[in-house]
Amino acid sequence: MYVNLGIGLPTQVANFAPDGVILHSENGVLNFGPIAGEDEMDWELVNAGAQPITLLPGISFFHSADAFVMMRGRHLDMAILGAYQVSETGDLANWRTEGEALGAIGGSMDLAYGAKRIIVVCEHTNRNGKPRIVKKCTLPLTGKGVINTIITSLCLIEVTKAGLELRELAPGVTANYVQQHTEPKLIISRDLKEMEF
Amino acid sequence: MDTGESPAVNKVVATVSEAVADIPDGAVVGIGGFGAAGTPYRLVLALAERKVKGLTVVATSPRQFEALIQSGSVKKAITPFARYADPSAPNPLLEPYQKGALEVEIVPIGTLVERLRAAAAGIPAFYCPVGISTMVEEGKEKQTFGTQQCILEHALPLDFALIKGHKGDRLGNLIYRMTSRCHNPVLAMAAKVTIAEVDEVVEVGKLDPEAIVTPGIFVHRVVKAEKAPLDWVYRGIKLTERKT
Repeated sequence: MYVNLGIGLPTQVANFAPDGVILHSENGVLNFGPIAGEDEMDWELVNAGAQPITLLPGISFFHSADAFVMMRGRHLDMAILGAYQVSETGDLANWRTEGEALGAIGGSMDLAYGAKRIIVVCEHTNRNGKPRIVKKCTLPLTGKGVINTIITSLCLIEVTKAGLELRELAPGVTANYVQQHTEPKLIISRDLKEMEF
Repeated sequence: MDTGESPAVNKVVATVSEAVADIPDGAVVGIGGFGAAGTPYRLVLALAERKVKGLTVVATSPRQFEALIQSGSVKKAITPFARYADPSAPNPLLEPYQKGALEVEIVPIGTLVERLRAAAAGIPAFYCPVGISTMVEEGKEKQTFGTQQCILEHALPLDFALIKGHKGDRLGNLIYRMTSRCHNPVLAMAAKVTIAEVDEVVEVGKLDPEAIVTPGIFVHRVVKAEKAPLDWVYRGIKLTERKT
């Protein structure tokens, strides 16, 4: 499975990728390893967040036009992206923070359009303790109706046609607590279970 | 014909200052690099020292052109990252932008790269689905193909490209090192004049023809330069997420 990791929290997934996952980064690299430790950093081997990464056997390098062919052209099975806000209809806002004048679209719109499956990983609430999962995004959008799954510090939520379905809870977290910190009404899955690590 | 025996074609320039000496005020300049990798720091600094004015700069992030912001050389930035990736890092674009001294066009990287590629390939415009239902579509012509809404995006030709290669020869053939490749080959193709900063200039015939990434037709000047010191490289990078 070919997976792109967005900037921020998602880049850390590289340290836990299971066998069979081939990581892609839009600066032009496929099949790289975990984030580099102090002793193995090479500033000409970095991810899209400019962090040094590591070599794996079978790694390949290519220029950006090809990197974005892989993204826009629906060749990636999954993208894992960060988020400032997500909506109950799967809208994603992750390029301009609250009150920011400029911002960073980066490759997020290309991924939001082109990856076959979009998983968002983020803290459940923002720095002010407000829900990131809202009825309607107030921040400018990265993509409309593009998210499949939301994984937060509290839970896993699937975006369905009927609405947001709470499927998994982090250990010690209750559905009630998640709902209190989530703006839209959640559908509680009949198979609601504790997250496995 | 260049048999390699005599230097019939020689694109090697002695210094970075000489390499950027004719970039005029108001030029459209693409700068390579994604993160520190592939950033032609020495060429950018040489250009900043010339204190040219009114440039339109096309680059991944402020990391590539911060020196040109400081020298007051940039009128407009076309960039996917109008700040460092880490939103808490100081943003060199913010003050000139808020003063009205800098125009900023924030674009999806893929669309930017394809606009450069289109310019290189002689395609004046194309329809792209990325950015529909976002601020990217504002003010642009749209067209629907089947069920797919698209935005008309225009080619982005460059006057100059400043790029970073690993090894180059006097014909302008280039290879890159790891993710330093990034936008560099695309910028090289999109510019009227492409200037490559390289770690090493090698004899014609030394680069493996099967491994040459940018053929010399796209490169006009090659200049050897020292690698950038690490304190330039570290700017705006969050290093706290390394594995332990």
